[in-house]
Amino acid sequence: MSPSIAVATAERVVRQLRRDRRTLALVLVVPPALLALFKYVFEAQPATFERIGAPLVGLFPFILMFLVTSIAMLRERTGGTLERLMSLPLAKLDLLLGYGLAFAVVAALQATITSAVGFGLLDLDTEGAIWAVVAIAVANAVLGMALGLLLSAFATSEFQAVQFMPAVVFPQILLCGLLVPREAMPSVLEGISWFLPLTYAYDALARVTEGDHGGRLWLDVAIVLGSIVLALALGATTLRRRTP
Amino acid sequence: MSAVPGAVAVGIRDLHVVRGGRPILPGISLSVRRGTVTGLLGPSGSGKTTLMRSIVGVQVVAGGEVTVLGLPAGHPELRRRVAYVTQEPSVYADLTVHENLRYFARVMGTDARRIEEVLETVGLEEHADQIVETLSGGERSRASLAAALLGRPELLVLDEPTVGLDPILRRDLWKRFHDLAAKDTTLLVSTHVMDEAARCDDLVLLREGRIVATGTPQELLDRTAADDLEAVFITLAESA
Repeated sequence: MSPSIAVATAERVVRQLRRDRRTLALVLVVPPALLALFKYVFEAQPATFERIGAPLVGLFPFILMFLVTSIAMLRERTGGTLERLMSLPLAKLDLLLGYGLAFAVVAALQATITSAVGFGLLDLDTEGAIWAVVAIAVANAVLGMALGLLLSAFATSEFQAVQFMPAVVFPQILLCGLLVPREAMPSVLEGISWFLPLTYAYDALARVTEGDHGGRLWLDVAIVLGSIVLALALGATTLRRRTP
Repeated sequence: MSAVPGAVAVGIRDLHVVRGGRPILPGISLSVRRGTVTGLLGPSGSGKTTLMRSIVGVQVVAGGEVTVLGLPAGHPELRRRVAYVTQEPSVYADLTVHENLRYFARVMGTDARRIEEVLETVGLEEHADQIVETLSGGERSRASLAAALLGRPELLVLDEPTVGLDPILRRDLWKRFHDLAAKDTTLLVSTHVMDEAARCDDLVLLREGRIVATGTPQELLDRTAADDLEAVFITLAESA
């Protein structure tokens, strides 16, 4: 493992993103725009926006980074660059850390802009610290990146990779408690929700929003971090030096 | 590291490779002399790429032994000593040539000054700041080749490196290949162009996963009493 290779990889990934101005604009503009849309759609029910607004700030990076990573990694696989990297003195961890670092930076930027718009312009409020929302957003982005990286191994085309989003991300959003409290779900669904990482990511965000900095919050954060490590470890096994 | 006459860079014994349930290499043996340009000649589908991938150590093999520079193929130490250029240029299309080379140089821990040297070797100095996507097919291949040269590999495996290049550039590149071989680099180059075969020190004729013949171009011409290598290939393939 070599930190300088991980940093070089992160720089390369950010450079690629920066070159693609439209993607970068979408990554940075879409979340605050959607947040505004939520506010005005729920204008008649301000309490709903109050409840889900701040957690949404922290969930957007998960969704976007999942998508961006699964496509980026698929391109590495199909473009031959992954094969080239695997034949070079680069540890798999260097590549994973490089990607993680790059997307954490982009996610921090994204969450900062979304927070500024949400808390500054849209009158969103949180009992907890805004930086805590941003910090959890960054962790969620890395979680999304790790899952995207893992799932890209199962996609052979960009069409398939895009379809993984509704397949993997939507159920987690439905079950995490954002739209309906988990206690109100059928017990089978609530049971499933305990095994989905986004449940803990949402729970952490909801607690921060409510100003609850208790032990459960730290447990949530620990589970999110553990899920990242697990997804990255599984993702690393899909990076093969030898292929059939 | 001086050239040992007759030293072997690549030794292959009874290599079996199966892809998609089909035997691609049904057991071949071969050795490549160090410091030579060895041409791998055969029609498309003859197993050239699979053989090269096995030597580089990126191919899952079903059996046999591949020894590269004294180590088993795919050994971690070989990642610094062997470079492989695939048929499809494996560089980042959304970065410039220079950005690609800078990244690969950092991954390999190569001095950044080396970038200018390899750009000159492949004749891409004027395109260094161009985004790869906007390059022609031949220029992209050369960008990929440049990346492989960065680490001064002892064994350079090139899969059809001159496809789509104009004759002058092709001649220049082949001259570079021989310059490298003169400095004790071993080159294994696949091609299906017969006039390129004539420029190799050694030739390996491959057909349907089997070695039809090996030898220097002159030896093969003498053996078959043919006028050119095209005729040599046909004679040997039909008698095999």
